[in-house]
Amino acid sequence: MLQRTSYLTKRYGDSDGHTLAVYERDGGYQQAKRALQMDRAALIDEMKAANIRGRGGAGFPMGVKWSFMPWPPKPEKPHYLVINADEGEPGTFKDRTIMEKNPHSIVEGCIIGCFGIGAHAAYIYVRDELHLAKARLWEAIAEAKKKGYLGDKPFGIDYPVEVYVHTGAGAYICGEETSLLNSLEGKRGEPRLKPPFPAQAGAFGMPSTVNNLETIAIVPTALAMGGDNFSKLSAIHNLKDGGARLFGVSGHVNKPGIYECAVGLTLRELIYDLGGGVKGGELLAVIPGGSSCPILRAEEIVKAPDPKSPLHPYDGKSVLDVPLGVDTFRSLGTMLGTCCAIVLSDLADPVLAFHNLLQFYRHESCGQCTPCREGSAWLFRILDRIVQGEAEVAELDRLSEIASNIMGNTICAFGEGTAMPTLGFLLKFRRELEEFIVTKGKSGTRRLAL
Amino acid sequence: MTFALSDERERTLQEILSRYPTKMAATIPFLHLCQEQHGWVSDEICEYVAKRLDLSAAHVKGVATFYSLFNKEPVGKHQVWVCRTLPCALAGAENVLKHCEKRLGIHAGETTRDGKVTLRTAECLASCGSGPMMQVDRDYYENLTLAEVDKILDRVTR
Ligand SMILES: Cc1cc2nc3c(=O)[nH]c(=O)nc-3n(C[C@H](O)[C@H](O)[C@H](O)COP(=O)(O)O)c2cc1C
Ligand code: FES
Repeated sequence: MLQRTSYLTKRYGDSDGHTLAVYERDGGYQQAKRALQMDRAALIDEMKAANIRGRGGAGFPMGVKWSFMPWPPKPEKPHYLVINADEGEPGTFKDRTIMEKNPHSIVEGCIIGCFGIGAHAAYIYVRDELHLAKARLWEAIAEAKKKGYLGDKPFGIDYPVEVYVHTGAGAYICGEETSLLNSLEGKRGEPRLKPPFPAQAGAFGMPSTVNNLETIAIVPTALAMGGDNFSKLSAIHNLKDGGARLFGVSGHVNKPGIYECAVGLTLRELIYDLGGGVKGGELLAVIPGGSSCPILRAEEIVKAPDPKSPLHPYDGKSVLDVPLGVDTFRSLGTMLGTCCAIVLSDLADPVLAFHNLLQFYRHESCGQCTPCREGSAWLFRILDRIVQGEAEVAELDRLSEIASNIMGNTICAFGEGTAMPTLGFLLKFRRELEEFIVTKGKSGTRRLAL
Repeated sequence: MTFALSDERERTLQEILSRYPTKMAATIPFLHLCQEQHGWVSDEICEYVAKRLDLSAAHVKGVATFYSLFNKEPVGKHQVWVCRTLPCALAGAENVLKHCEKRLGIHAGETTRDGKVTLRTAECLASCGSGPMMQVDRDYYENLTLAEVDKILDRVTR
């Protein structure tokens, strides 16, 4: 169901939309002030009722995550809120817009979040390349501080909160939350074994919560509306997937961009109604939520005869008509991920798209775990040989073998993030891959750009 | 010449140190400061950072070599990154890269003979809806046409 909203994006078009004055004109910082005077348990209940599914990729319920923090905090073990704005997942460009155009929603979210998890400091981890985003965040922090909304007594209330921006230095893996924590601590960004989970031992070994940047930015809205009302904006509120969020679309569409809508939007609406339709040719396939999500072909039909499946209401329909939700897309055998779709027209060559993505994974594997380090390199080398016209059809089975050996055998989910799209391409584009190999590329369109 | 931060950057460093409960946490921001001043992260800089933060030089070098944005050798006066990842590739990144290579007479990963420009590819820079795109020093240039690429290259090669 297409329902545009503008909770985060209302001021995106204003040249001064990022300033405190404009943010406050629309009621900004009222919720932070209110939250600091709330009962902590009541705040967490509101957040649980809001059914905010983490916007960073895994879709974990945010309120539940906050409730995992040990309580009460021990003085010798300060809690930390860590915000993930590494935004490195190919196809994902939503968090950057919030930082550049609505940074105060993040700062306000951080104040509420700190209170909710018992922290007095929040670190926003921003990838280094986003210089404007970092500058806007620092400006927003300075403005809020000057007004007395941050610091020792925010709004005159005795609950100190500081917010800092921390930068990475170019490494996709640092978006993985434990790698990010190592990077924040000044170490190599190699993921940590879990357990312990961040709620037990996170930043600086202390109890921590890692939230995606969009997740925290929507908190003031959810609190203002009341958790339940916020959740009910969503067409799939019944699946505990609530509220409104940012949807992105890139690739072969006429109007790529970020669109804020109530949860429940479908891929068809995202591609055709918001994205302006497929650019050049017809829709071939779509990667629903960042490159780690297995690809869907345009002609796929939902099979969900089981009434208990979240997909059952869409049984027999096109996958393009399934609401973009965490559980619906997991049941489709893919993932919602970051909710930023990459669209491929049938004039583009899916084999080259596959090759392009495997180059990314080979480049970004941090090298800590052998199956991922070696596996991602082997996968890319085979794809490269396919593209060069040097491979044999039998090697497709080797690709799936390698991918299967990465799955489940690595410290972090980068392994799955590499293996799953690989297995997805092999399953959905087997015929095209075989033809490409047999004809040494002559069967393909040999291009990605139109 | 022994490396030391400029006075202004030294003040920034003090402010950075005040943000964290440990000195080690300043490693990455500190390395950024040094690179801003020196252009790249030399062994000498690693030792300097290590000494200032009470860390081993091996730790700092380990960090510096992990992250792709720390230059391990001198680079050009301007740095150009062309995003090559799928959404940008679907929008024509390959043409942009080829055009840059031709205009500059170098391959991605190299620096022009006059030391003015280092050209590299980048993985997804969170600008996928406005590809093809490139980053030049600290700025993003999006929805690029080859004519716009030419203008940018004119400026950095001047
Ligand atoms: C390889 C990898 C890269 C990731 N990159 C990001 C990222 O750039 N931004 C992000 O918010 N989460 C990223 N995540 C997910 C985080 O680990 C974590 O689940 C998320 O930050 C939690 O926030 P959320 O619950 O609000 O979504 C990544 C995960 C993996 C395995
Ligand atoms: S693919 Fe180029 S910015 Fe994302």
